[in-house]
Amino acid sequence: MRKITKIIILFIFLFVIGIFYISLTRDTNYNTSSLVNKDTPEFKIISFDDENYFTRDDIKKNNYTLINFWASWCAPCRVEHPILMKLSKTKNLVILGINFKDKEPQAKTFLSELGNPYDLLAKDKNGKHSVKFGIYGIPESILINKELMIIQKFVGPLSVDDYNNIIKIIK
Amino acid sequence: MLSNLGNILLFLNVILSLSIIYTANRNLKISGGVNKNIFQLSLIQSTSIIVCFFVLIAAFIVSDFSLITVYQNSHSLKPLFYKIAGTWGNHEGSLLLWAIILSIFSFLFLVHNKNHPKKFRLFTLIIQNILILGFLFFILFNSNPFSKISPIPLEGLGLNPILQDPALAIHPPLLYIGFVGASIYFSAAIASLITNYSEKSFSLSIKNWVLISWCFQTLGILVGSIWAYYELGWGGFWFWDPVENASLLPWFAMTALFHSLIVFEKRNLFYFWVIILCLITFILSVTGTFLVRSGILNSVHTFASDPSRGVYILIFLSLMIFGSIFLLFQKYKKENYDLNRNSKETFILVNNWFMMFYLITVLLGTIYPIFTDAITDNKISVGPPFYNAIIFPVVVIFLLFMALGPSAKWIKNKFENIRIYFYILAGAIGLNLAIIFFFKSYSLLSNFIIISALFLIISSLMDIAKALKRNKLDFARIISHTSFGFLVLFIGLNDIFSLEKDYNIKLGETKKFENYSIQLQNLDLKNYKNYQAVIGKLEIKNINSNQTNILNPEIRIYNKPKTLTYEAAIKTSLIKDYYLTMSNIDRSDYYNIKFQKKPLMAWIWISVIMIVVGGSIRLFNNAKNN
Repeated sequence: MRKITKIIILFIFLFVIGIFYISLTRDTNYNTSSLVNKDTPEFKIISFDDENYFTRDDIKKNNYTLINFWASWCAPCRVEHPILMKLSKTKNLVILGINFKDKEPQAKTFLSELGNPYDLLAKDKNGKHSVKFGIYGIPESILINKELMIIQKFVGPLSVDDYNNIIKIIK
Repeated sequence: MLSNLGNILLFLNVILSLSIIYTANRNLKISGGVNKNIFQLSLIQSTSIIVCFFVLIAAFIVSDFSLITVYQNSHSLKPLFYKIAGTWGNHEGSLLLWAIILSIFSFLFLVHNKNHPKKFRLFTLIIQNILILGFLFFILFNSNPFSKISPIPLEGLGLNPILQDPALAIHPPLLYIGFVGASIYFSAAIASLITNYSEKSFSLSIKNWVLISWCFQTLGILVGSIWAYYELGWGGFWFWDPVENASLLPWFAMTALFHSLIVFEKRNLFYFWVIILCLITFILSVTGTFLVRSGILNSVHTFASDPSRGVYILIFLSLMIFGSIFLLFQKYKKENYDLNRNSKETFILVNNWFMMFYLITVLLGTIYPIFTDAITDNKISVGPPFYNAIIFPVVVIFLLFMALGPSAKWIKNKFENIRIYFYILAGAIGLNLAIIFFFKSYSLLSNFIIISALFLIISSLMDIAKALKRNKLDFARIISHTSFGFLVLFIGLNDIFSLEKDYNIKLGETKKFENYSIQLQNLDLKNYKNYQAVIGKLEIKNINSNQTNILNPEIRIYNKPKTLTYEAAIKTSLIKDYYLTMSNIDRSDYYNIKFQKKPLMAWIWISVIMIVVGGSIRLFNNAKNN
């Protein structure tokens, strides 16, 4: 076998193993709570009705924004829904819903039958944008302040405690 | 007590492995046959590791919560069956299962290959025992299922309810026999390189092991899919989840391997290619284990993730990879393949190219997110659209080759009756048009897939007719290939003709769509040993045929750990499945139901089973001929 082939093969394997090792040592990897106290990532996400895009500018306008990732197929999303409905009635908070890997008719049925708590509604059909926010499973919610800093991250359905917590923060 | 016994047995196994390596090494230098002591040591090794596993099972059965593994994965109220299945439903226990399969395969390989050179057999044994030692150290020092906890808890945390399922109880053992079984031909390949055993007969020593591991791997993947279909409630059976991919990667390599072995055995070609495939099959198995167990990939199987395990498996993996590469570089000699473009060898080589293409596609899709994350800090997600876009169009060409290949002759082939293939193609297109005409559905790619699948099926059936005339019927191949054609056909038809509806429904309410109506007739609350269930009674009525079916989806509330699960109700028939899941909507009288009609599901499972039947027939034939 030619030397150059050997070197390339060795290099590829070294590279793969090196990457595996780096990934291992990054313990913050999927622990998305590391996003807390960080800046909101740049994003541009299409609205549910396909008419416009939402970006960080839409968050800057509000005192507090709660980004909630949901889908009609997600059973725990139904569990947290009443809490979102309650939160939607509070002042000082804008809720941006991101419909995650969902089918539009089903998402509409979901909202029309359970109520729509979202001030802004966007969709992420392939789950590509949500990854920026460290979203791998839903429901998840992120609370952001006017300075675009992520204050808190809620993994799993919002509970009554989470509700009280949010109310305390946005007072 | 059980903890001590387990640990003693683990240490005993370490000593046994070392003794086997030592004795085998000494035996290498002496002329004569393989030392009898080695057989005995190997037998004791297999027995003692099995006993060790039974000790762990016993700990699960008696709910001995002094063991951390039992405490974390069991509960005294769990049914006996799931207490036992819990033994391998966790990281530590499953590693013990790894060690068992490594040891048993090691022993059986030694016993069953008496006609092969002594040196080759002894080296295979030595390499296999080095692998066994690696795993034993991993178990003892990092993932010991017999570690104690103090003070002893009164109750266990319970097994994740989603894993409490008969299909999942048998899924891991099947899959492990598949990809851990690949270890034996990894060892044999290394031994063959070391001892320069590159004759055709080398293929005889490993081909049955490749077939065994392939059959079990296929079954393991099938059972996993069936579980996902029944349990996860999405109505799909394959999600391109990283862990599913991890099981598919060695499968591609195995499939390529046993096809190449046919050429190697017949024509003494492709020796190094066969060796490379042997090596990468097991390397991919260990890579899969690394990806799943280290937690660097997120998936439905993240029951076992811990970076410290990752480091250990990564070291083990690196040693395997660089050891193999080093040896291969030393021994590699350029082989000249003087292949006729139209011959069976070429067709089999083409099969291998396709397998490698699939392998690389799936491998890239699986590890690419890790790479971008590590290098650019950019998190991306590779999902079904990627795989569907790349894999399925290529399947069309693959199936055409698969139809032509088997009837080609060795060395040089003439297509005697090329016209007949045009007739078959025309027939396939005609049938496809009939399907579109009668069922009114259209999608370009699915049509191509259906045409090529039909082409393969018809050609295989014609082969039977031809072979019967000549009295040379290769049942194994025909069954596997035809079933693969059917598998693709059924997946294609299933994809086109599936129907999905989603409603919020109240007790007594009826929803109508197309020619169906669904009524939520009743809700029932039942208490079971380890969970409570809300059971819905829904009537599905086909308005045209007036046929009614009652389906009972469940919402289960498990106590330990406290979890809600949604059990799909599935009515299976040979033509179609009705698939219904139900979930509650908090503080409302409504229930959300998702109804799916999925045609030909049963046939998808049957096709895969038939593919394995083909493999098993080949295995039995080989055994008979030996």
